[in-house]
Amino acid sequence: MTTRGTGPADNLEPSPGRGSKVLGNRAVLVSSASTVLFFAAIALVVALAPGSGLVAERFFSPFHLWQSIRGTPGEPSVLGAFLLNVYIFAISEVFILVLALVIAVVRGIPGPVFFPLRLVAIVYTDVFRGVPLILILYIIGFGVPGLGIAYFSYLSDVTYGIIALVLVYSAYVAEVYRAGIESVHESQNAAARSLGLTRFQSLRFVVLPQAIRRVIPPLLNDFIGLQKDTALVSVLGSIEAARAAQIYGASQFNYASYVVAALLFVLITIPLARFTDRLIARDKRRRQAGGLA
Amino acid sequence: MSAALVLEGIRKSFGPNEVLKGIDLSVAAHEVVCLIGASGSGKSTLLRCTNLVEPIDAGRVVVEGEEITASGVNADRVRRRIGIVYQSFNLFPHMTVLRNITLAPREALKMDRKTAEDHAVSLLERFGLADRKDEYPDRLSGGQQQRVAIVRALAMRPSIMLLDEVTSALDPELVAEVLSVIRELAREGMTMLIATHEMGFARDIADRVCFLEEGRILEQGPPERIFSSPKNPRTARFLRRIIEAGRL
Ligand SMILES: Nc1ncnc2c1ncn2[C@@H]1O[C@H](COP(=O)(O)OP(=O)(O)O)[C@@H](O)[C@H]1O
Ligand SMILES: [Mg+2]
Repeated sequence: MTTRGTGPADNLEPSPGRGSKVLGNRAVLVSSASTVLFFAAIALVVALAPGSGLVAERFFSPFHLWQSIRGTPGEPSVLGAFLLNVYIFAISEVFILVLALVIAVVRGIPGPVFFPLRLVAIVYTDVFRGVPLILILYIIGFGVPGLGIAYFSYLSDVTYGIIALVLVYSAYVAEVYRAGIESVHESQNAAARSLGLTRFQSLRFVVLPQAIRRVIPPLLNDFIGLQKDTALVSVLGSIEAARAAQIYGASQFNYASYVVAALLFVLITIPLARFTDRLIARDKRRRQAGGLA
Repeated sequence: MSAALVLEGIRKSFGPNEVLKGIDLSVAAHEVVCLIGASGSGKSTLLRCTNLVEPIDAGRVVVEGEEITASGVNADRVRRRIGIVYQSFNLFPHMTVLRNITLAPREALKMDRKTAEDHAVSLLERFGLADRKDEYPDRLSGGQQQRVAIVRALAMRPSIMLLDEVTSALDPELVAEVLSVIRELAREGMTMLIATHEMGFARDIADRVCFLEEGRILEQGPPERIFSSPKNPRTARFLRRIIEAGRL
């Protein structure tokens, strides 16, 4: 909040003479001072709060922070378990990108003959966006094994978790793709078709490349959500970071393990979030440049 | 002389609005026909119906003796023989000029890359655009973009070109360079059907001028006659308005 304070001052119309420079310097001064005061106040409140020593011990004990990262003979390493989150994320992401694209494209096929296909795509996105992820996890993870179907009922917990994530997130990502496809002006498709390209060729070479470029920022945003939701796969019994932290916390009566797990999730989110910001900024610059041309 | 294009009884409605009310028009090989008429008279719709981008309600379209409106005809194959250039260029912004031009030959005609690129470069050279082949469309002026759009259509080696007010979106100083490209095509004997507001240009280039009003061809003939002594009073009124607007 406080550092943003410099923003409006920078955006002011440059006034002639020295005026704007003085204002700029003052803004920096004010923002630095208020940042220091702000965090000093928080530190004071935390330190003086009743039980603050207990908080420090239960959540930030260096010994437990380090031991939960490493793991013990009885408790899994939170860091090691986090690799499972990364694995689930990486595998799901690939399938989501493909399945969502298929759904979005199917939803856009024109003509009455394809109405049933479109209907399936619409129902799919409605259902999987509407039902909470945890319910889908239960239905897939506990329901499918109980059916005794060859192969499909005998997959690992992690695989069921990945399937549930792919089903749910594909519905969201399909909508993102669809927004992108619809943002490409119809005249682009008309130009492609006029040259003799088929509907599929026009989609593949002309419409989708433009659509996907435009939706990369919202797509990355969804992936930040996916990255966190890998923790929910633990309800099926897989020991990923959040579950490993819970095991440690329950047996050691210490919650430093949760702090470690939280930090790991944040650490992997930050690069993705900054990358998204950069893409958005780049798009904005491009649009402005295009507008001037 | 064989007809390159024959339109018979073309009708087209958008909802209750009948835009084309039975158009009969024949364009001979190497002939240049200009469509003139007020905004909304149906010129663009007629061109879009000719290459079946817009489905027609009734009538026949015959290209070089083949009826393309017959059932079972693959419209994609038909469109490869008919080049169309739109008012707003519609270049593909994510592709370089060269890729814009070679996309359809390579994907629709399955031409190999080298052949397609060599052909594209030779066309670009002819129209003074060779140094622009690696640029993206947004780096080109409007006139250059429209010339690239014309080259893109030519790269398919069409037997007829349809041009829809290709200079209307251009700044006045850029109009001439595009018109000179079209003149060049006419000189080489390209069959063309051209919707235009540039009456002076139509008078110069057309073998025949058709005056369209409310979805009908009211009058047609050689440009000298249409522009100097129109028979239909509506044609006369349209031309008088154009002259008053200082556009002829
Ligand atoms: N896609 C469309 N949907 C509905 N009406 C249309 C469409 N395209 C054209 N029209 C209507 O058809 C009429 C003729 O338009 P158009 O062919 O663009 O005329 P022109 O090119 O001579 O200006 C206009 O009344 C226009 O509103
Ligand atoms: Mg028009």
